[in-house]
Amino acid sequence: MVGSEDIIICEDVHKWFGDFHVLRGVTLTIKRGEVVVICGPSGSGKSTFIRTINRLETHQRGRIIVDGIELTDDVRNIAAIRSEIGMVFQQFNLFPHLTALQNITLAPIWVRRWPKEEAERVARELLERVGIPEQADKYPAQLSGGQQQRVAIARALAMQPKIMLFDEPTSALDPEMIKEVLDVMRDLARSGMTMIVVTHEMGFAKEVADRIFFFADGNIVEGNTPEEFFSNPKEERTRRFLSQILVH
Amino acid sequence: MAVSRTLEPPKVRVGPGEWVRKNLLSPWYNALLTVIGLWILYEVGRGLAVWALTQARWDVITDNIRLFLVGQFPPGQIWRVWLSLLFSSLLFGLGGGLWGGTIRQFACALGVAFFLLALLPASWATRGWLIGNLAAILLGYGTGVWGQGNPQRSRPLRYATIGGWLLLFPVLVMLLSGFSGTQVLPRVEAGLWGGLLLTFLLSLVSIVLSFPLGVLLALGRRSALPAVRLFSVLYIELIRGVPLVTVLFMADIMLPLFLPEGLRIDRVVRAMAGFTLFSAAYVAENVRGGLQAIPEGQIEAARALGLNGFQTTFLIVLPQALRLVIPANVGQFISLFKDTSLVAIMGLLELLGIGKAVLANPAYMGLQREVYLFVALIYGVFSYAMSYASRRLEIALGVGER
Repeated sequence: MVGSEDIIICEDVHKWFGDFHVLRGVTLTIKRGEVVVICGPSGSGKSTFIRTINRLETHQRGRIIVDGIELTDDVRNIAAIRSEIGMVFQQFNLFPHLTALQNITLAPIWVRRWPKEEAERVARELLERVGIPEQADKYPAQLSGGQQQRVAIARALAMQPKIMLFDEPTSALDPEMIKEVLDVMRDLARSGMTMIVVTHEMGFAKEVADRIFFFADGNIVEGNTPEEFFSNPKEERTRRFLSQILVH
Repeated sequence: MAVSRTLEPPKVRVGPGEWVRKNLLSPWYNALLTVIGLWILYEVGRGLAVWALTQARWDVITDNIRLFLVGQFPPGQIWRVWLSLLFSSLLFGLGGGLWGGTIRQFACALGVAFFLLALLPASWATRGWLIGNLAAILLGYGTGVWGQGNPQRSRPLRYATIGGWLLLFPVLVMLLSGFSGTQVLPRVEAGLWGGLLLTFLLSLVSIVLSFPLGVLLALGRRSALPAVRLFSVLYIELIRGVPLVTVLFMADIMLPLFLPEGLRIDRVVRAMAGFTLFSAAYVAENVRGGLQAIPEGQIEAARALGLNGFQTTFLIVLPQALRLVIPANVGQFISLFKDTSLVAIMGLLELLGIGKAVLANPAYMGLQREVYLFVALIYGVFSYAMSYASRRLEIALGVGER
């Protein structure tokens, strides 16, 4: 499924929060259709890094090129990029005053200017795809965490993005709900979507990822195919991390 | 012996006797407090009732009821006030029929009030208008119920009702002030409006205008543009640092000095402007509180979906923030409603001002208790109605709240 064309190019990306140097020269190229998993200890900058890709965070040095558009302060570029990239958050961030269906149709109607009927038809198809067609008219507070996260995925997909970013999508979920969300993500990966997933779900990474990157202290320590990464980690730092998360 | 029994949940029986014993009579000092409390209530209540029924001279109210309600509005033109009331009764009826819920309760309360008032001794013209209002509510309600079941009928009816509410204010003002030089609707200077009518108009206008102004100021205070932010902060802090009376003085005395020669703004309009500008600052601070309560994740999610700043504010942030600040804002509006009595310092006679004017009449000397109780009762009824509506609104909008 992985194409030959580079869809995301990051060159020497730096970012500071005040004095704190969060990203220290991240360089990474992702091809169309590739599924990339990013793992690493908390505070290593992995979330910040994927947030720079749709410019929820700005980078201060280096270049990020997404689908041929370089991310700058140019508002048109940012709008164009954001409608091509879907994002799923750890805390779901569904809009509590809208129903599941309205959460999904909001952006297509207001950003893509689709007619309401068309947007709702697509939204219902997406709810079907994530396995909760019967929850369309419920409010987020009436749904379980797993259902909320699946609505959030449907909401991101409704914009028909070329790339999906997942920022620890299962970290806020109860164990029995993690599987239902991972199943949806697995299907999405098989459909050929370009995905960047920050997660500690190593089973998912092993099965689905094309490449895994290990982040520590604001940079990539090493990146490899899942087989190589798990069976033959090259760096001491990676080995220590893996031993900590795989033991229990 | 395979016994599988499900125990019934323990029954909690709270009869009235049980409740009284538990809450009022035990332990012994509660019983003592209950007795003392009841005794005080009885004494006060008995005194009040005896006074109200035997000694009070309520004729001060009935003789001056027109003054209390509309001030010095010309008696020959009073039908214009009635017509305005008829229009709002019709809208209440329609709303109650179409949406039910709180509006229906309000429509019922209004209808009952009109019916009871019509039973009181009054001129036949007045009774006619009261019955007319009752009929308007019933007509509106009937129409609403008739349209409610059928989407083809209910949709245009709903739009018409909402449109009617939006039109209510301009229609009211045109009907009441009229046009100079016409025979049918001769001009009635706003200076002649008074009593409850003036109280209503002042609070209605100030509430309706200060709300959007306050929201804009709150957004301005959080704006990324330094000039807008500075202006909003200065405005809010300046107004909040000044007593309402001062703002009204400014509107009354200073404002005309700044206006070009020949341009005179009516005193009532100046008062409305004063209240609006004052209230907007407080609304702004309430709304700012609501805006700050919206988690950053909501804004990030909206941005990640490609919504622009305007859409994020008006589709995501404000709907949630405004719902959060309903109680605070209604509190502000209730206090504004009561603060309208301060226009007395501008020489305008609203409900309380009329009360004072009536008491200045030697024929009604020493009747402060009757007059002030009556005025307090009216303020109380309408303030309670507002606070009740706000609670119902919170519940109605609370669907799906976290």
